[in-house]
Amino acid sequence: MITILFFAKYREQLGLGKMNFTLDTALSVGDLKKRLVSDGGEKWAEVLLADNTLCAVNQTIANDSVEINDGDEVAFYPPVTGG
Amino acid sequence: MHSRVIVQTDDFDVAEECRALANSGRCGAVTQFVGVMRDRNEGDDIAAMELEHYPGMTERSIEAIIERAGERWPILAATVIHRVGSLLPGAQIVFVGVAAMHRQAAFSACEFIMDYLKSEAPFWKKECKADGTERWVDARDSDAQALNKW
Repeated sequence: MITILFFAKYREQLGLGKMNFTLDTALSVGDLKKRLVSDGGEKWAEVLLADNTLCAVNQTIANDSVEINDGDEVAFYPPVTGG
Repeated sequence: MHSRVIVQTDDFDVAEECRALANSGRCGAVTQFVGVMRDRNEGDDIAAMELEHYPGMTERSIEAIIERAGERWPILAATVIHRVGSLLPGAQIVFVGVAAMHRQAAFSACEFIMDYLKSEAPFWKKECKADGTERWVDARDSDAQALNKW
């Protein structure tokens, strides 16, 4: 099982800050996005397939090719606006 | 190099942080940057702001930025304090302080840390406009461009 986190605007758009997801097979970040979009539909596509959506795996920035392993923490978030 | 990274809801005392940095051994220069909440943005009056972060990753990403600054300039210590939660116009949002033996390293590292914090550290701002509506602040191209000089 992996934990998936959503922050800021994405949390509000999905109405969800945190979810668990069972890994039945090895997945890359790109694969996970496709799975979540096919399960969730349009609203999820808007968040996960946006050009500027950022992803972190175990709190390190990850691109679509990064492999996700059981127990990992995956986060999706919009461009940052701190400072 | 000593680094101190704090994300908190409470305000911070700039003088106290600068004094602590000045006490770094061999220190000859302390620079500081304080980010303050504006009461206007993109032509609208802003009544309040809500800031959120990614606990754990935010702190680690700032630590990594300080470490990179330490590889480029001979700095002795750096402190970053960033507030989250509800803030009102005029409130201090972020403090970046750097101690070094000489001013050039302290000035450059302070600006470098702040520039990278703005484009890498996971924080998000939501504005509450004076008319009561809310909006998430969009990232600015100028912040990404600021990294080109490094």
